[in-house]
Amino acid sequence: MRNPLNQTIAGIQPSGIRKFFDIVSEMEDAISLGVGEPDFDTPWHIREEGIYSLEKGRTFYSSNSGLLELRREIVAYVQRNHGVSYDAKSEAMVTVGGSEAIDLAMRVMLDPGDEVLIPQPSYVSYLPCAVMAGGVPVSIELSAEDDFRLTPEKLLQKISPRTKLLVLPFPNNPTGAIMEYEDLERIVPIIKEHDLFVLSDEIYSELSYKGKASSVIEFPGMRERTVYINGFSKAYAMTGWRLGYACAPREILSAMLKLHQFAIMCAPTTSQYAAVEALKHGEIDVARMRESYNERRLYVVNRLRGMGMECFEPFGAFYVFPSIREFGMTSGEFAERLLREEKVAVVPGTAFGDCGEGFLRISYAYSLRDLKKALSRIEKFVGRLKGQS
Amino acid sequence: MREKILALIENNSRLTVPEIAAMLSAREEDVAREIEGMEDEHIICGYHTMINWDKTKDERVDALIEVKVTPQRGMGFDSIAERIFQYEEVDSLFLMSGAFDFTVMIKGKTMKEVANFVSMKLSPMESVLSTATHFVLKRYKDHGTIIDEVREDERMKVSL
Repeated sequence: MRNPLNQTIAGIQPSGIRKFFDIVSEMEDAISLGVGEPDFDTPWHIREEGIYSLEKGRTFYSSNSGLLELRREIVAYVQRNHGVSYDAKSEAMVTVGGSEAIDLAMRVMLDPGDEVLIPQPSYVSYLPCAVMAGGVPVSIELSAEDDFRLTPEKLLQKISPRTKLLVLPFPNNPTGAIMEYEDLERIVPIIKEHDLFVLSDEIYSELSYKGKASSVIEFPGMRERTVYINGFSKAYAMTGWRLGYACAPREILSAMLKLHQFAIMCAPTTSQYAAVEALKHGEIDVARMRESYNERRLYVVNRLRGMGMECFEPFGAFYVFPSIREFGMTSGEFAERLLREEKVAVVPGTAFGDCGEGFLRISYAYSLRDLKKALSRIEKFVGRLKGQS
Repeated sequence: MREKILALIENNSRLTVPEIAAMLSAREEDVAREIEGMEDEHIICGYHTMINWDKTKDERVDALIEVKVTPQRGMGFDSIAERIFQYEEVDSLFLMSGAFDFTVMIKGKTMKEVANFVSMKLSPMESVLSTATHFVLKRYKDHGTIIDEVREDERMKVSL
């Protein structure tokens, strides 16, 4: 029989830490700080709007690009937050999670051999999406010394004549790093000078703890070369509803829509009705959840530093990214021993790129009670390691 | 900072001073001083424990009593209220707008104790015109807490 698989797909390696995850899920009494989603339920008024749409029998397809009412809310939101306008009819679309939008954007923008700059550590899907789109992923290794922000120097180092697209994954999963206005201001001229396009994944933008998050689209000339991606999963605790969106110049968006209509048809209609309610009346909920994450963020950073761990202050998302370099172990070894000896699960930094070596991703999207228990166990473990050395 | 401290301890009075300080990025001395200050000023009026008595062997009941009164000359609602809340049976007392004047909450008493309180103490008061006593059959949510809910974390244990 012939090989049934496409060579490109076959060449993509499954995530190396699958095995570690399997151990975690089998360990019944382990406390996990490994989850990449909110610990809140979707606010009730948003859930109720989804339920109501079902009661009214709104179980039909929506238009390919999503309910116009929702797209209008989306462009109004972007206008409110960044002062940038998009046309709801031709420059915004609703996708199945932010992740679909990432995939679409790469597929429509890349030709074989085009290079995609991916700052790492970062979310796991950029790299395989670039490969599946025929592009060549080029990693930019960010460092703790820069608070895991993208600097002009690091960007310039990796730009080649084949570079077409830059991914901006901020606020960042797994590091919690953000790019402030001044940080973006420094890289924007380079982007323009080298005629790059940008995929700005701002899924965590509402979870910023140092004032309102800035976006690259705010800079003159950048809206024209950027695919802005956001969604409902993190801000409104709606991960399971699978709903994201993209705003982009008409030319790019209509190409994305072409792919979307053939592969997906449309995002789930129930979720779209719920999302309209989220954007119309959910601002208070977002503020309440952000405040709660912020309290836990400060608590966790304080505890980790208190036990002598090196931990830069993350100003976004719901992760902290402490260094374990002093213990002379790989992230994988550290995570596995922590799991076996103290039954606490965290994610090794290497899950998010090789330069995540020496770091752990700790999620604080947990109750304070669980955080306290888990951190006390980590403290015991770290204390033991320090005693040995 | 006071409002932030209150927001934190309103739902969890067992947070320690170092924990509150960490969560507010403040100094422990400052947090301790503010809490003490708020206790002195009676902004913080007490630290209570939420108990689901239904899960114990205790068989006592909670009641809500609507009370209509006639304020007497030279004696407004406040002084009637004072005469009511002095009784140790009274857990909470509120002046209401609408069809009646006071809500009296009684917690953790036997039916007989509630009946005695209403018939022997509350109703005979000179200003009291009438009362209507309602017994709580079941508590679903109290002080923002869903009583019977024991939530399991159903999320996947690890997700990227």
